[in-house]
Amino acid sequence: MISFLIRLALCLASLLPAAGWSAPVRWASDGTSNVPYLFHDPADQSRMAGFENDIVTELGRRIGRDTEFVQNDWDGLIPGLQRGFYEMVIDGIEMTPEHMEALDFSKPYYVTSERIVVRRDQAGLDSFERLGGHTIGTLKDTLAERMLRERADVTLRTYDEESNVFADLRDGRLDAVLIDGPIALYYGEADPMLRLVGPPVGQLSYGIAFRKGANVLLRQKMDAAIESMVRDGSLHRILARWNLWTPEMAEWTGDHAEPAISPDEWTRYLNAIRKSQGMKARMERYVGFLPLIFRGALMTLAVSACAMCLAVLLGMILALLRRYGPGWAGLLAGLYIEVVRGTPLLIQILFIFYGLPAIGVRLSPFVAGVLGLGLNYAAYEAENYRAGLQSVARGQMEAATALNMTHTQALRYVVVPQAFRVVVPVMTNDFISLLKDSSLVSIITLTELSQTYVRLSSTYFDYFGTGLMVGAAYLLLGLPFVRLAKMAERRLAVSERRSVRN
Amino acid sequence: MVASSSMFFAGCSKLPEIILQSDDQNAGPGSPGPAFSVETVLRAENISKAFDGHVVLRDVSLSVMRGELISIIGPSGCGKSTFLRCLNFLEIPDDGVVTIADDTIRRNRGPWKAKDEAQAHQLRAHVGMVFQSFNLFPHRTVLDNVMLAPRVVKRTSAPVAEAEARDLLDKVGLGAAALRYPGTLSGGQQQRAAIARALAMRPEVMLYDEPTSALDPRMSEEVLGVMRALDEEGMTQIVVTHDMRFARAASDRTVFMEGGGIVESGDPDLMWDNPTDPRTRAFLGSSLR
Repeated sequence: MISFLIRLALCLASLLPAAGWSAPVRWASDGTSNVPYLFHDPADQSRMAGFENDIVTELGRRIGRDTEFVQNDWDGLIPGLQRGFYEMVIDGIEMTPEHMEALDFSKPYYVTSERIVVRRDQAGLDSFERLGGHTIGTLKDTLAERMLRERADVTLRTYDEESNVFADLRDGRLDAVLIDGPIALYYGEADPMLRLVGPPVGQLSYGIAFRKGANVLLRQKMDAAIESMVRDGSLHRILARWNLWTPEMAEWTGDHAEPAISPDEWTRYLNAIRKSQGMKARMERYVGFLPLIFRGALMTLAVSACAMCLAVLLGMILALLRRYGPGWAGLLAGLYIEVVRGTPLLIQILFIFYGLPAIGVRLSPFVAGVLGLGLNYAAYEAENYRAGLQSVARGQMEAATALNMTHTQALRYVVVPQAFRVVVPVMTNDFISLLKDSSLVSIITLTELSQTYVRLSSTYFDYFGTGLMVGAAYLLLGLPFVRLAKMAERRLAVSERRSVRN
Repeated sequence: MVASSSMFFAGCSKLPEIILQSDDQNAGPGSPGPAFSVETVLRAENISKAFDGHVVLRDVSLSVMRGELISIIGPSGCGKSTFLRCLNFLEIPDDGVVTIADDTIRRNRGPWKAKDEAQAHQLRAHVGMVFQSFNLFPHRTVLDNVMLAPRVVKRTSAPVAEAEARDLLDKVGLGAAALRYPGTLSGGQQQRAAIARALAMRPEVMLYDEPTSALDPRMSEEVLGVMRALDEEGMTQIVVTHDMRFARAASDRTVFMEGGGIVESGDPDLMWDNPTDPRTRAFLGSSLR
């Protein structure tokens, strides 16, 4: 137990942001389902790859500082930036007027266009104008979305994840996809079922996003570094290796040279995903997933265990207050239970992580996750304990009182231990469902099992095999507790039989 | 033997009684007890209690001498259990005064406050109680049941508490069952364990609320035997019971209650042979048949 607490404390400490002026530049992106921007190298899952990764590394080298990548969900990237979790966001953030009003941007490091992707057998959808009358998918909050919104003749579907857009295109739920050039190339052109068609549509620029008015010096240094990378052709080289040098880039940089740079990274990626088609390759890949799934499972277990400890403790206090406390405390406890049970857990977690900083409470993702789950389950535990306390016969409290125990002593030594036995089976079941609900904390940047699933499956568009693996991991985690619940129920049944016999 | 001494004062329960102290229970160091003593150990005066406007007790008074064994009898719903429970404030009387040893609590309709509960806590230190349904703690062994209150309330050290508990269990004939759980014992054994548990707090008065009503005759006899033995040691005991044979044969004094009041009290043999009140006669007549 103590060693567990120590490990927990270490785990918590490692989640706190590092301090000190010489600390590396912290930059955030969503490294899940984010080819070719930033993703886990298919050949080596522990390595980050992507053209933005290469650019950031080079920029860091040029300004003489280390860079540190912070994983965050797409939706959480900007809130996290506002909260100061990291200095900058580099994740294909478009420099739209709206964005530029809310954020400060560096100079663009990439200029591209939207492209159309269709199924290989689909004809006639090869220009923006000809999309009319069809169902078109794209990512939300992009130039493509804004352009499509203005088209009354298009049925628009927006998505959070690129992999889902293309899955729906393959499955025929969409007729075409209009999407940022790099994504179109890596998801569309790389897929044997799909192809890129027609001329580029529109134009967009990606810049490094900073919190409004913050880190001005860093931003100026980044501007200078980008300029120097444009000047000496190193930006061109990086993009060309990813097969991402575009006419728009040539236009913007005035660099019309066509150096003979082989698209190494593009080829490497193609080979990696082609290689992963065969059965043997698949199996090998699954074995490669095991360490990541194991790490995700550990995080799931840690969050769930801590949350359950909190829920048990707080639930006990709530239940006792409600049953034995003074009137007003019982009322408050009742109110707490009603409010918590009456609002979605997802909202509670988001509120704790992103909402509380508004009143100055900043929590690490781990602590926020534990709090969110723990405070929520405490309400359910409280009700469970209340039922347990009610199940302890009145005579027990009387006997303890007659023996001159105080109320607190009677509760502690007589009533609560008995209530506990009734409560344990329910509690074990609650823990199993908490284990599953802990998947919700993936939205506040914790890489636990579900997050691992999304990440692994979206890299290979393989939701099936990975899903089976992650499902098995959840089952294995829950199994000991299912057995514990059964054991507790059996024990309870035995002791009840004994009492009935007399 | 206490019973014999009170024979002389049959039917005169209001008078002070002279009781032969058959052991040294009250002869603490520094106060060498006299061979004869007149001592009221419990006095209840004008106890009244109503539940939701329904009057259960009306001005009930009772004085108990040290070493007496008193049986309270009466039809169901006469208030005898409530009266007993008012004595250690498991029920809070609306009105009246309870004095046990040197602790007194006065009730006068007011709310029951934390200060009152603290007083009751003091008073309960003199009183042990045994319930119809035993109310042993099912999650603890018999030994733990007996040790718990001394350990928790009196902070007795574990070895001392255990030695005393084992002595008490031997005394009630449960020495061999010390490490068993209550659920595995017979009803008679459980009730004897409950008596040992109450005795472990060294009470001056023992209250029994229908201790044998849940037991068959053989098991009742085990329990009543323990109570008789305690009586011989000079323990003051008040027993609410339906066991008329016990009430008559073992008590120093029998109290007959009906309709929330005491109808008659006195020597059991006299009461049985020659009840003064027609209600007593009716009750005893019906229960004898």
